[in-house]
Amino acid sequence: MDFALSEEQKQVQELITQFIAKDYPFDVREKLVKSEDGFSKEYWKTFGEFGLLAMPFPEGDGGFNGGPVDLMVILEAFGTGLIVEPYIPNIVLAGNLLSKLGSDDQKKEILPKLFSGELQMSFAFTEPQSRFDLNDVTTSAKLEGDNYIIDGYKAVVMNGPASDKFIVSCRTSGSQLDEDGISLLIIDKDSKGLSSRDYSNVDGSKASEVTLENVSVPKSNLIGDEGKAFKTISQVIDLATLAISAEAVGIMQKMNELTLEYTKTREQFGQTLSKFQALQHRMVDTFMVHEQTKSLLLMAAAKMNDNAPDSSKAVSALKFQIGSAAKLIGEESIQLHGGMGVTEEMSIGHYFKRLTTIRTIFGNSDYHLKRYSSL
Amino acid sequence: MNLSFSPEDLKFQEEVRTFLEKNYPADVKRKMDNGIPLEREDHLKWQKVLSKKGWFAINWPEEHGGTGWSITQKHIFQNELAAFNTPNIVPFGVSMCGPVIYTFGTEEQKERFLPAIRDNDVWWCQGYSEPGSGSDLASLKTKAEKKGDKYIVNGTKTWTTMAQHADWIFCLVRTDSSGIKQEGISFLLIDMKSPGVEVKPIITIDGSHEVNMVYLDNVEVPAENLIGEEGAGWSIAKFLLAHERTGIGGIPHLKREIKRLREIADELPLNDGFLKDDDLFMDKLNKLEIDLLSAEFTELRTLAAMSAGGHPGPESSILKIGGTDLQQALSELFVEALGYYAHPFMSESDLASNEKRIGPDFAATVMPHYLNFRKVSIYGGSNEVQRNVIAKAVLGL
Repeated sequence: MDFALSEEQKQVQELITQFIAKDYPFDVREKLVKSEDGFSKEYWKTFGEFGLLAMPFPEGDGGFNGGPVDLMVILEAFGTGLIVEPYIPNIVLAGNLLSKLGSDDQKKEILPKLFSGELQMSFAFTEPQSRFDLNDVTTSAKLEGDNYIIDGYKAVVMNGPASDKFIVSCRTSGSQLDEDGISLLIIDKDSKGLSSRDYSNVDGSKASEVTLENVSVPKSNLIGDEGKAFKTISQVIDLATLAISAEAVGIMQKMNELTLEYTKTREQFGQTLSKFQALQHRMVDTFMVHEQTKSLLLMAAAKMNDNAPDSSKAVSALKFQIGSAAKLIGEESIQLHGGMGVTEEMSIGHYFKRLTTIRTIFGNSDYHLKRYSSL
Repeated sequence: MNLSFSPEDLKFQEEVRTFLEKNYPADVKRKMDNGIPLEREDHLKWQKVLSKKGWFAINWPEEHGGTGWSITQKHIFQNELAAFNTPNIVPFGVSMCGPVIYTFGTEEQKERFLPAIRDNDVWWCQGYSEPGSGSDLASLKTKAEKKGDKYIVNGTKTWTTMAQHADWIFCLVRTDSSGIKQEGISFLLIDMKSPGVEVKPIITIDGSHEVNMVYLDNVEVPAENLIGEEGAGWSIAKFLLAHERTGIGGIPHLKREIKRLREIADELPLNDGFLKDDDLFMDKLNKLEIDLLSAEFTELRTLAAMSAGGHPGPESSILKIGGTDLQQALSELFVEALGYYAHPFMSESDLASNEKRIGPDFAATVMPHYLNFRKVSIYGGSNEVQRNVIAKAVLGL
């Protein structure tokens, strides 16, 4: 039994920490969030040069053979700096769907550009009624001759505004909630019949509502076998859930640090807030919850690394815990900052907003509690 | 003990409903129902409707324009206002400064200030907190120096809600720094148009401009604007905080919102059914409703005790903590109801435009509301300070 990171993993962690300290202070992040793109395409390419974008892929795909633990290391470090560049939609979602199911031609065409940072992608899998259920797909794709004709609507598609291409989950057979009959299609954003409404989310990320009306793509844009994508979608969302949980754990660590620091400097009633026992106990609680959550993160990452049969269950245990820990640490950090905590001016509120949206993304605590019970 | 409404009370309820149906301005209602931010004029338009009817300063003594209503009638009135989704009454004049003036002011001050508050001709804001004085309010540093028949005021006030709309500000200022800190505080009324008053917005994490910094730089204030004696400011502040604490729980508003969330759960598509089919979600909604009943009847007990002439019992101290806990929990449950659709951000100007909303119609204001409502456990005496009050004043610790 060994919880230690490898030398390479420590180097990656150090690399990102240095990058944040030098190039990604809070005011820079704020400028990026408010810019037209909402993130830095230049930094994105820098991540490509660092090798971070190709990290979690097999060598055969042009990657560095990294696994879930490497992914965890990257995202946890990203969380501490509130990195807004779209790693999860591009790399964890689109990259992994292609890596696991894509044909050689598809991989050759897309993965090198994805890993260098030239190409932006995302996975459009949510619909207004589907909430967190990956099997709930009404967007339809019908084969007519050599083309698929797609009609439907995808909601809150992460990284939609910047995306050049979407991978879209479509129903090719069966009814609304069937696991069988779900297929993945690559659709260029500028396809005829595809319209997107782009917007910012409260956490500084960007997303789109995507309407597909009579969109036609060649049959060769199908990823994997027709109607058989559900299992892989589910695996990739598990991996993304692990990744976003790691980001959350990094955010929690940072929020605890910021709060501790603030209470040591803010004085009321002739002493620093940190001297009040009622507040000390609360900071002890948030400290403990971060550690306990990190334990579940390591557990889930290790299980996924080993392809353990109960790794999905482990991921649901983790995401359930992320939901409750994010509530406690997020809300307590704001409360202990007092009025300053609710201002745009301080970074703590921005960490809080991202942590709050993570509670929902890929399933909230209720969803994962139910999933945990059913697995 | 009898907790039911009398026939007279029911008749009164009908009268209030009929009045609101006829007189609640349609344009203000449209904004409220669609989550469009209100302008200064919207608040005033609505509040003047109540002023005209004599239903604005309902808690004031009748001699100053109060209603003389029973506790039950006030309870009915507040619930009907909430049920009709009317804007919250801006409290700084009618619920805060007004009671201070009719309790501590001179006859001249009452005549000068009360009618304009009652009739909504003057907008007030509250100058209490300072950058270094939050929970420890008595440490405030804004200085008022007497020079002849004037005070010269210097300092900075913060978290001043709606100062950008205000005509006047009531301030706690330091007139004496020699003794213990509570004894050198005075209560001063300042015209916002005075030279040296500057208002700067503070943007909060929901993206809204609600609170402000107010800078006071050599502001000249006539000495006759002092309420009570010099040095009486702290006891006036405590009186006012007690006033602020009842009603801060926002129970009638919560009742309407919980009803609305139930309606949303009935209609919001989830898979091939509706959100109401999600048992875990509905359990939470039902538990919240039980907590709300408990808060509501705690508030009624307090009001009953006050109307019987007695001091409000220990339950009054529970109201702020209990009510704000509920406000936050309900705002969170709205976020959960939406799933991913809680995340798109619409600015105040997006909301005011006619552009189609993203996701369900009610979605746009849900997350901003959750974020904004982190404030309720911080303002009006943080919930930590409230616990200290209960520990000291109620439990005698």
